[in-house]
Amino acid sequence: MSNVFVSEQSEAAAAGHPSGRLLEVEELRVEFRTRDGVAKVINGVTYHVDAGETLAVLGESGSGKSVTAQTIMGILDTPPGFVTGGQIRFHGRDMLKMSAEERRRIRGEGIAMVFQDALSALNPVFTVGFQIAEQFRVRRGMSRGDAKKRAAEMLDQVKIPNAKQRINEYPHQFSGGMRQRVMIAMSLALDPEVLIADEPTTALDVTVQAQIMDLLAELQQERQMGLILITHDLGVVADVADRIAVMYAGRIVEEADVHELYAKPAHPYTLGLLESIPRIDEKGQQLRTIRGLPPSLLRIPSGCPFHPRCPMAQPVCAEKVPPLLQLGPTRASACHFAQDLVSRD
Amino acid sequence: MGRYVLRRLLQLIPVFFGTTILIYWLVWSVPGDPFAGKCGERACPDSYVQFMTDKYHLDDPLPVQYFHYMANLLTGDFGQTFGGRDIGEIIAAAYPNTLKLALVALTIEAVIGLTAGVLSGLRRNGFLDNLVLVSTLFLVAIPTFVTGFVLQFLLGVQWKIINPTVSSDAPISELIVPGFVLGSISMAYVARLTRTSIAENSRADYVRTAVAKGLPRRRVVGVHLLRNSLIPVITFLGTDLGSLMGGAIVTEGIFGINGIGREVYRAIVTKEGATVVGIVVVLVMVYLLMNLLVDLLYAALDPRIRYE
Repeated sequence: MSNVFVSEQSEAAAAGHPSGRLLEVEELRVEFRTRDGVAKVINGVTYHVDAGETLAVLGESGSGKSVTAQTIMGILDTPPGFVTGGQIRFHGRDMLKMSAEERRRIRGEGIAMVFQDALSALNPVFTVGFQIAEQFRVRRGMSRGDAKKRAAEMLDQVKIPNAKQRINEYPHQFSGGMRQRVMIAMSLALDPEVLIADEPTTALDVTVQAQIMDLLAELQQERQMGLILITHDLGVVADVADRIAVMYAGRIVEEADVHELYAKPAHPYTLGLLESIPRIDEKGQQLRTIRGLPPSLLRIPSGCPFHPRCPMAQPVCAEKVPPLLQLGPTRASACHFAQDLVSRD
Repeated sequence: MGRYVLRRLLQLIPVFFGTTILIYWLVWSVPGDPFAGKCGERACPDSYVQFMTDKYHLDDPLPVQYFHYMANLLTGDFGQTFGGRDIGEIIAAAYPNTLKLALVALTIEAVIGLTAGVLSGLRRNGFLDNLVLVSTLFLVAIPTFVTGFVLQFLLGVQWKIINPTVSSDAPISELIVPGFVLGSISMAYVARLTRTSIAENSRADYVRTAVAKGLPRRRVVGVHLLRNSLIPVITFLGTDLGSLMGGAIVTEGIFGINGIGREVYRAIVTKEGATVVGIVVVLVMVYLLMNLLVDLLYAALDPRIRYE
């Protein structure tokens, strides 16, 4: 019962042909070995991103979206986190097989990351200029003066006013939105091919969120980067993403082109997510939610991990794990009843 | 910042008067006769006692005595001992030795404590970490006088590696073992403080960011992790220097170092009130200035702290 989408890629990799894709994650498995037992956090995640493309990874907290990103970056805390299977190919080469030094050189230049909370992600005791310029000095061997000039240019690119003065300020002297711009400037300093933005707007005001998303979209277009946007906010995704991968309990449950997904979700979980967006025309009515809680990763339900919460669940759902089935050229769903969902009106 | 320093310096004035009054009052409230035993086997002749009492205003009420004392002190005159020695000179002779000992102790504390703390913090639960945990527990549990006498006996008497006592001009080389003894407990604290601080910060988000930037590990640790982790340790070391500069009665006593701790002890025993007050005034001022310095250093290390 292997699905077309995955098997195609496996063959290409097995034959040693780089698929021409920029970044591919294939059948990635990660577990956390804790005192309470082994938590299977990532259970065979497969996705890819190409140059100039935005992939949104959507899911509730604990669905494994951030851990996948950390594994790609190589900043997973080990212990407790261990990669137990799969590949992460960058330009066709498996990063999990590279030496630590090789992986380090990819960080920043090949793949860079924007973190959620810029206040804690930036070092509080160094000026933002130092933290940006540091990359030019260490990675590019630039002089202090040149690196500082480039750092100011970077702040300028993310539209921070008075960049020349502000590079001498510390992270706590910036507002939340400006701080996230600094974070973005820092991640883009070495001109990465792939940018992973891990909930870049979650810690910000709604108005500022939109500004940051616009900025990210603009920079991505300009630089033709591959952008992996990790979020739990469906509203954020609609405008900027090309494709969406929905994660649940460490698996991709649905992958689709953004318009297809919004128009006709092919997984009950996605449907539930879309229905739980508050709508102005339903004002006064009770907000629809997905009943229950995400499963504990220490004890993932048998069969489809979503079945205990699924309104469409049938006996088969508790027995068989639905594979990620290709439904069209750009979409796949891991639901036994995906066809029914798509074909209904 | 300038206004903050000025305000802190002005605060020294009431503290100066407060401590001197308190110390003056305490020293002269201690029962006993300053002239008992001053004249060998016999009691001192009445004429001598009368002469000394007049000379030092001992019959005046305490506030008047204090007033006389302060009037002299503010012109830089610490007064004299009953034996006629200049108290200012006693302090000037003893204090350099105490300062040298304090600096040696601080250096040992900082170098060994920090190194042990950083290494064990980076490799938690490793062999070195456990070694540091056990040995620091050991050091903290043993009183200074035990460490002092044991090292003096083993190194000085038994194996003759060092001189058991320090010569009067107290060269740095002879102060290493006494400095270790004096600094040993703080050294253990520095090691543990550094370990905890490193261990805590190594999981911080900004360290993860530094890794994600593709910086080499030695830069992640040496620049990003260390700078943040050292803030509490340096504050501790600064405060500790303040108390080390207050003299070490026990350590100076064991190794026969002619320092301020020993002078204070001697003055208390011989009821030289003026000497005690004089030395304590100097020590209080030094301690307060050191504290101010630590606070300023703290602000310099952590840009989030600003004094208005």
